[in-house]
Amino acid sequence: MVEEITARKEEAIFVYEWPVRVWHWVQVFAILALGITGYLIGSPLPSLSGEASDHFFFGTIRYIHFTAAWILIVGFVFRVYWAFVGNSHAREIFLPPVWRRRFWAGVWHEILWYAMIAKEPKKYTGHNPLAVLAMHVLYVWGTIFMIVTGLALYGEGEGMGSWQNEWFSSWVIPLFGQSQDVHTWHHIGMWVIVVFVIIHVYVAVREDIMSRQSIISSMISGWRMFKDDRPPDDEDLRLE
Amino acid sequence: MPETFYEVMRRQGITRRSFLKYCSLAAGALGLSPAFAPKIAHAMETKPRIPVLWLHGLECTCCSESFIRSAHPLAKDVILSMISLDYDDTIMAAAGDQAEAIIDETIEKYDGNFILAIEGNAPLNEDGMYCIIAGKPFVEQLVRVSQHAKAIISWGSCASWGCVQAARPNPTRATPTHKIPGIADKPIIKVPGCPPIAEVMTAVITYILTFEKLPSLDSQGRPKMFYSQRIHDKCYRRPHFDAGQFVEKFDDEGARKGYCLYKVGCKGPTTYNACSTVRWNGGLSFPIQAGHPCIGCSEDGFWDKGGFYDRLTDVHGFGIEANADEIGKTAAGIVAGAAAIHAGASVIKRIASKGDDA
Repeated sequence: MVEEITARKEEAIFVYEWPVRVWHWVQVFAILALGITGYLIGSPLPSLSGEASDHFFFGTIRYIHFTAAWILIVGFVFRVYWAFVGNSHAREIFLPPVWRRRFWAGVWHEILWYAMIAKEPKKYTGHNPLAVLAMHVLYVWGTIFMIVTGLALYGEGEGMGSWQNEWFSSWVIPLFGQSQDVHTWHHIGMWVIVVFVIIHVYVAVREDIMSRQSIISSMISGWRMFKDDRPPDDEDLRLE
Repeated sequence: MPETFYEVMRRQGITRRSFLKYCSLAAGALGLSPAFAPKIAHAMETKPRIPVLWLHGLECTCCSESFIRSAHPLAKDVILSMISLDYDDTIMAAAGDQAEAIIDETIEKYDGNFILAIEGNAPLNEDGMYCIIAGKPFVEQLVRVSQHAKAIISWGSCASWGCVQAARPNPTRATPTHKIPGIADKPIIKVPGCPPIAEVMTAVITYILTFEKLPSLDSQGRPKMFYSQRIHDKCYRRPHFDAGQFVEKFDDEGARKGYCLYKVGCKGPTTYNACSTVRWNGGLSFPIQAGHPCIGCSEDGFWDKGGFYDRLTDVHGFGIEANADEIGKTAAGIVAGAAAIHAGASVIKRIASKGDDA
């Protein structure tokens, strides 16, 4: 057994294909733009003076918000497509194997690791189970929520008869009560994404330093580097 | 056979010339082409007036007050010529048993052919005892009459959504028409607003009468012709919104110059109504034109969202009463603080464990 393991000297595994990496960084900038402009739409900057015809300042903020939203939507739809055609790591955040006991054991171990009770982290080629769960709940469903409520609000401006209005506004707005409620929940959704980003960035940096594999550089190069030769713990959790 | 509208109008001394002018004006008010004026005239010459029972529950009479101020068409034309307003306890001459008898009579004579108009709503707690009409809970009268009506019009935000009397914690359980248990399965036209615009009210009736069908409704049951756009979409202050010119305080330079009222809580961007096009008092003005932000009075739940002058409105639930930014900043602050503490602890642990290794 011991020989077998030591014989397996893997230093790097290719994990993230280029479309996933490009998508990740496009999302970063889209979310950044959406968060900043979205906040400014809710709490506008101080008023401009002069003639209304001299400015299109608030209109530009909204334009950036809508443009970034379209980029995010197209990227997300593409990413869902890539989950079908890409490698097994491309499916991870969409389909956490919640039906497997070992997945939940992994989540628990990861909680112990973050609580600084577990002495050593496990080794993963993909995301660790807790990360998969957080990305699935906060990022995937958070983004779907923002896309649906966002299109419902956009459909209000496009007006009755537009596809955004027919497909989204017509049922989303009565579901929440009224337009103002959809605005409020869309705004709360932004804060959920903000919370996700804080955790995501902090944990990525921490894991890069303290775990047994590379994190940040992997999302740039696509290769997962390992700091030791023992086998990864998530081989049986991958969805082929 | 009741008299036709035309017969009633002629009997009242209205000339044919005035009658045709009225038909043109009604066509204009409905947003129809001039070609429709003869159709309206034909309908009024040949069709009997529609009997209307106008019931009042928990309300403030602002709907009636608005209705009687309609300019195009004039409320008197609607009441006297277009509909046969058989029962309306606020403006009817009869009282007591005589008044209540009219309801039974209308149900008997026009079963399934009259319009039930509701102003206000019915409280359901204590078996409806918070609103008594002729010795009985209003909800019973409402349910009974609804079973014989052809269609139901919910006047105002009370009948459409619940309004002020349904505000949290809604002690009487005031309930809008479409949520009343046992209400007949008839088409319900919601005409929300507190009150609705006078011309919108009379135009809905004129439409039903002229075309003998109900106006097309949006997904929430409001007539599309008046509620398909937001105040914001047709607001004359919209250029200031796009420019980023806002009233910051009610006494500032922006307020004097007529800038956008978005930052002082205007709900125009989230309110579906015709105020910015039809306007009020015969097209004279509307709240935003008078320098006051729209409070969103025709939207569901407008009364329970915190201050009318706040851009971000409150969320209730889980014991919280705060707006999205208050909730979000608190959550983000806690998470960022926890991450910082966790990072510090991680550094200490790493140093400590390195010490162990050495």
